[in-house]
Amino acid sequence: MTRRRTALAIALAVAVSAPLAACGSDDPINHPWRPGGSTPGPAAPVAEGDLAGSLTAAGASSQESAMAAWAAGFQSAYPDVVVSYDPVGSGGGRTQFVEGGIQVAGSDAPLDDEELAAAQDRCAPGDVAELPLYVSPIAVVFNLDGIASLNMSPATVAGVFARTITRWNAAEIAADNPGVALPDLAITPVTRSDESGTTENFTEYLAAAAPQAWPYEPSGNWPLDGGQSAQGTSGVVQTVTDGVGTIGYADASKAGSLGTVALGVGDDFVPFSPEAAAALVDASPRAAGRPAASLVVDLDRTSTAPGTYPLVLVSYTLACTAYEDDADAELVAAFLAYVASEEGQAAAASAAGSAPVSPALREQVLAVVEGIAP
Amino acid sequence: MSGQRLQAEAEPELAPAPLSVRGGGHDRAGRVFRWLATGSGVLILAVLAAVAGFLLLEAWPALSASREDLAAISWIPDDGSLLGYVGPLVFGTVLAAILALLLAVPVAIGIALFISHYAPRRLADVLGYLVDLLAAIPSVVYGLWGGLWLAPKLQGVWGWLSDNLGFIPLFEGPAATPPRVMMTVGVVLAVMILPIVTAVSREVFLQTPRLHEEAALALGATRWEMVRMAVLPFGRSGVISASMLGLGRALGETMAVLMILSPGLTYSWALLMAGRHQTIAANIALQFPEANPLGVSALIATGLALFVITLLVNMAARWVVSRRAAFSGAN
Amino acid sequence: MASTDTVTRTDAPQPTTHELLTRPDRRRHTVDRVMRVVVTLAFLVAMIPLVSLVWIVLSEGYHRLSPYFLAVSMRGVFGGMDAGGIYHAIVGTLLVTGAAAVISVPIGMMTAVYLVEYGRGALARAVTFFVDVMTGIPSIVAGLFAYALFAIFLGPGVRMGVAGAVALSVLMIPVVVRSTEEMLRLVPNELREASLALGVPKWRTIVKVVLRTSAAGIVTGVMLAVARVIGETAPLLITLGVVDSINYDLFDGRMMTLPVFIYRQYSQGLVPCRPDQLDCIATINFDRAWAAALVLVVIVLLLNLLARVVARRFAPAKGH
Repeated sequence: MTRRRTALAIALAVAVSAPLAACGSDDPINHPWRPGGSTPGPAAPVAEGDLAGSLTAAGASSQESAMAAWAAGFQSAYPDVVVSYDPVGSGGGRTQFVEGGIQVAGSDAPLDDEELAAAQDRCAPGDVAELPLYVSPIAVVFNLDGIASLNMSPATVAGVFARTITRWNAAEIAADNPGVALPDLAITPVTRSDESGTTENFTEYLAAAAPQAWPYEPSGNWPLDGGQSAQGTSGVVQTVTDGVGTIGYADASKAGSLGTVALGVGDDFVPFSPEAAAALVDASPRAAGRPAASLVVDLDRTSTAPGTYPLVLVSYTLACTAYEDDADAELVAAFLAYVASEEGQAAAASAAGSAPVSPALREQVLAVVEGIAP
Repeated sequence: MSGQRLQAEAEPELAPAPLSVRGGGHDRAGRVFRWLATGSGVLILAVLAAVAGFLLLEAWPALSASREDLAAISWIPDDGSLLGYVGPLVFGTVLAAILALLLAVPVAIGIALFISHYAPRRLADVLGYLVDLLAAIPSVVYGLWGGLWLAPKLQGVWGWLSDNLGFIPLFEGPAATPPRVMMTVGVVLAVMILPIVTAVSREVFLQTPRLHEEAALALGATRWEMVRMAVLPFGRSGVISASMLGLGRALGETMAVLMILSPGLTYSWALLMAGRHQTIAANIALQFPEANPLGVSALIATGLALFVITLLVNMAARWVVSRRAAFSGAN
Repeated sequence: MASTDTVTRTDAPQPTTHELLTRPDRRRHTVDRVMRVVVTLAFLVAMIPLVSLVWIVLSEGYHRLSPYFLAVSMRGVFGGMDAGGIYHAIVGTLLVTGAAAVISVPIGMMTAVYLVEYGRGALARAVTFFVDVMTGIPSIVAGLFAYALFAIFLGPGVRMGVAGAVALSVLMIPVVVRSTEEMLRLVPNELREASLALGVPKWRTIVKVVLRTSAAGIVTGVMLAVARVIGETAPLLITLGVVDSINYDLFDGRMMTLPVFIYRQYSQGLVPCRPDQLDCIATINFDRAWAAALVLVVIVLLLNLLARVVARRFAPAKGH
């Protein structure tokens, strides 16, 4: 009796799970059940090849959307390749890369000296390559009824986030925004609660552009205690949206319908745009004292060049110029070539709102990528 | 307890009884069975030793690091004191869990009593089933619901509380907008542990010996007196262990806290203000991705602290239960 | 017996039976009625958030749910594309949770049997105590433990399904032990003694009488344990990683699970759609998160339903 019931239960379980296993598909784009019919995936960006294997990458969550677009584009060109990106965070990505668990990492910050040495070991006999392939403006977003845009000088932004300017109708804000009816409302700054590249870039900007109003050291962790904060870019955006009189900083692609701040550059106020972000990267010098394959940009936050937006996040793609396995080297080289290509950068721009790299930078990147050898 | 010992002593006399049908084979089977059971217990000890050993091993670099090294981690206070970092986290963790328990347990007992002793039989069956189902809903779903749906609705209530009861330190204002505060976390955690505490309590209340209940009623007790005299004393240890189950869930809950709370490291009683509290589990999840090896080790040290807290809580609960151990079904 | 003790103790000084029967007891009946209202109110108030939870998950998750959503993975899906599904996550959740249950149910049940039926002395006390300790292991620490265990033997950066299963087992075992133990202790000793007196060996008594009698409770406990681990996010994030293709192999490569999928979709947030993009839904990530939450809840409910049926079938004829 009991045995028969057990057998029945097993049979039932198998009967339920068998069709489940049969109907799974790894091709959602061209699946016949897709609502609205299947649209063709992104056009093959590079010549169809016979690459196969799996490329595992991990790192900064800022790159997640862009990486998804790159993986999709690359996989449609090489159907036998599996690209996976694990958004564990920059620190996790750097650690795993140095340990050799992954071939490629994404990081919001360049490697520090210690990591650089370890990474050079991991990549020996080659070099470690740090490629600035994801450039994205950071927007200062706020939630005020009926106001879509405000001008703020660096000192005002710093004052608001240092909580020395506490009301929306303060004189400093009003001075930059003649003719705007500012409400008499408390300002609630919203920051990132987790350590992040976005915070680091934002505090770096404040420290460089408004040293008097911003007395804190640049840091990936928000230096003030006791305010509103949230995890991740979407957490900040959500919190700013839910509150009244809130202001925060977030990856520009997620700003959505929130009001945004045009930052003071020289005598102008520049709203964020991918072009203005790319312009800043072009106007900034290369960091000195790093390996040849390392294209680290030393962002010039105080640049007064017209049309540059000073609040920019540059996220690097870490790879080696030599891999033990020939197949790995071939795969990484092909993938990075695609990512740096115009198609790849356009795919990221459309999926993640990032700023396509300039032709000059692309040439430098491609030169490094061509050097990737077994 | 004593019954069990009695039975264990009785075993050698009973096992080789002449009525045994098959004899010798059972002896070996019995030994194997006993060995399997004991082995499982020992295996648990081994696993736990491995986890604890790993925790200590991984936390050691942070525990033994110099203050300068620790201070280099951006989220550790500038004086580089690990205790100064862990202290507010422990405070926040305990505060959140106690808040959740205070809100949830009385209500859970009420629901469990309603289902077991007040509701009509047929309705009770359906409700019992429903509560079991709710207890099975994963906490990540409660987190999603609490963060996206419930929290915004509590804004007005917290505003009212801080305006009218602000003189009580707990409700000190102004209430934060949006309400990403400890009070909200407490409510969401309470809702989260409510079904599980209810499910276990109901199960225990239903186990109250029929004779006890009938004896109470026969003595002229009203239904409430019967509940108070027969059901509650019998179920007390069950309710306590149910609460511990809920407390475990509340202490270790990561997602909901992560999605709702604006963290901050202070010893503040102001439940309605943002950026005052943080829990250990949420903090680990929050800082883990970007942490360097020493940072990971510091976070694991905080995990160790959480471990110790639950240890103390469990020991306290065990002590309470053992004082009341008289009502065990095995007697 | 014990309860009569309590009755007399709480009502001291003791009234005589005559007094009890004749004393006007309006106050007691008022208390009784008040408590009935309080208990009912507690129930009704508590049902509001719980019912709203179910309703929100249903209504938010429903419109994204389709056979297509269940049948495909997320491979090649990015941005606001109106495509992609959770097949890979369902597979991952079922495989990993199933493996965790296979590991922890036998260990947990046998430990409970040991504690209730055999355990005496220091070892039993130690096991009881440390099972309690184990209940308090934070889930993220369990994940770290499993990750380190596999990293030591298989090298750093290893991500595989079975590591997640080990992490979940660490969380699941103590819950199984505790609930099984609780249920075994509720089996009246008279049943054990009756069986032993008939000459049935102890181990057969345990299997055929004790475990059979408490089968329903044990299954419920196991379901609660599964429910505790099936929604775990943090340990799986560490041990399984994130992937958007299907992976059936527990022993090789990253695996997606439903809770991690929900968390990832939630944290990706709104998609920036340009007005000229036709195939772009701004809220697609939240839609997918809710739909996946709905599926997760349905899976848990189905498991629960199955457990009910099993429990009813295997339970002995109702005596009480």
